[in-house]
Amino acid sequence: MNSGLLGYLVVLGVTLGGVGLFTAAMVVRRVLAPRAPSGAKLATYESGVDPSGGDWQQSGFRYVAYAFLYVVFAVDAVYLFPWALVLRTSGLGIASVVEMGIFILVLLVGLAHAARRGVLSWL
Amino acid sequence: MSVLEIVLRSVAVLVCFMVLPLVLGQAEHKVMAHMQGRLGPMKAGGFHGWAQLIADGVKFAQKEDIVPRAADKPVFRLAPAVSMFSYLLALVAIPFTPSTVAGDLPASLVYVLAVSGIATVATLMAGFGSGNKYAMLGAFRSAAQLVSYEVPLILACASFAMAAGSLSIGGIVHAWHPIWLLWQLPGAIVLLIAATAELQRPPFDMPVADSEVVMGAMTEYTGLRFALFLLSEYAGIVVMSALFAALYLGGWNGPFDGALGFVWMLLKTAAVAFVVLWVRMSWPRLREDQLQRFAWFFLVPLALFQLALTAAGVIYTA
Repeated sequence: MNSGLLGYLVVLGVTLGGVGLFTAAMVVRRVLAPRAPSGAKLATYESGVDPSGGDWQQSGFRYVAYAFLYVVFAVDAVYLFPWALVLRTSGLGIASVVEMGIFILVLLVGLAHAARRGVLSWL
Repeated sequence: MSVLEIVLRSVAVLVCFMVLPLVLGQAEHKVMAHMQGRLGPMKAGGFHGWAQLIADGVKFAQKEDIVPRAADKPVFRLAPAVSMFSYLLALVAIPFTPSTVAGDLPASLVYVLAVSGIATVATLMAGFGSGNKYAMLGAFRSAAQLVSYEVPLILACASFAMAAGSLSIGGIVHAWHPIWLLWQLPGAIVLLIAATAELQRPPFDMPVADSEVVMGAMTEYTGLRFALFLLSEYAGIVVMSALFAALYLGGWNGPFDGALGFVWMLLKTAAVAFVVLWVRMSWPRLREDQLQRFAWFFLVPLALFQLALTAAGVIYTA
């Protein structure tokens, strides 16, 4: 087995330990924390007044723009890391920089377009 | 590596996860007390308020445990665990000396970035699962902020990986040279700001702005469940500070680093963590749209500029 796989065994061990830690914390909570539920305590917190309506309501949807922008640039990041490794390979260096430059430029056009359409300004 | 060694390494990570965030929390109490002239944190236990953290722990343990009637109960109960796992798992791959790393992963930089992304899922779970409007709005803000700042964070980290030609944090520290302090400076600025925003620390604490959305996604949480969210926030500061110290400040590099490498890494991490705390105490929070514009129109272009600078440097010296 190579060293990489052994590292992941530690990740597995920490995961199991983390499950144990969380379970222990929840047992401690169950033992120590007082429980005296009442209607008012279990109601949804809305700054002390009675909650109005449920949790399903209409709301602003403007955050979706950031999700789209993120997807665009996250794909870019997937390609960046392998590129970081081959940059020093002879014969790939300059050519890969130019190609990557064109790729990122296309993404920047997308960001500029989003900015021009006003998705990023609220007021 | 025997089973015993794996167990010992895992236990060491868990101990670090329990101890380092608490040390940081204690430091935050004291630094904040001194910087803002606060008397409260200096009281408990007598000398310099040394027992404040213990008092906090006792308080958290004896708070009443409440799961609101409107909550989606399994999701609500599981969210603190998910939040805990993200930075707990990230801690595995942080190297303290060339040989002191709990799990020697081949692409540890990508691994740390990937598992620290789990925190976003936890915040969304807490926000959606609480059945509370403040929590919902807080989760929206958090998700938007975390994905927006993830982009410059990843771009800055990619720049360090390019400069070193390695995806392993240890490999990057090996390749580190003092000239990086100048060459990678724009990337370091992006990394520090984006990391602070990823942790939702002030001035980027819009998702938990108390005067607007109470405590954001964590509004309905009490007692130990809430304490677990806090623990993972402070563990996040430790992980991000260690990452910054390793990538930009050269990790264990320093005088006598054969014997003192561990000390240098810890000192650098502590210094970065202090800056993160200091920023919290000095700056007011950004408004939601200012915060987003700052990420997309300042940090992303600056990070791309750093990538170009790094590529040019690597090609020039190759």
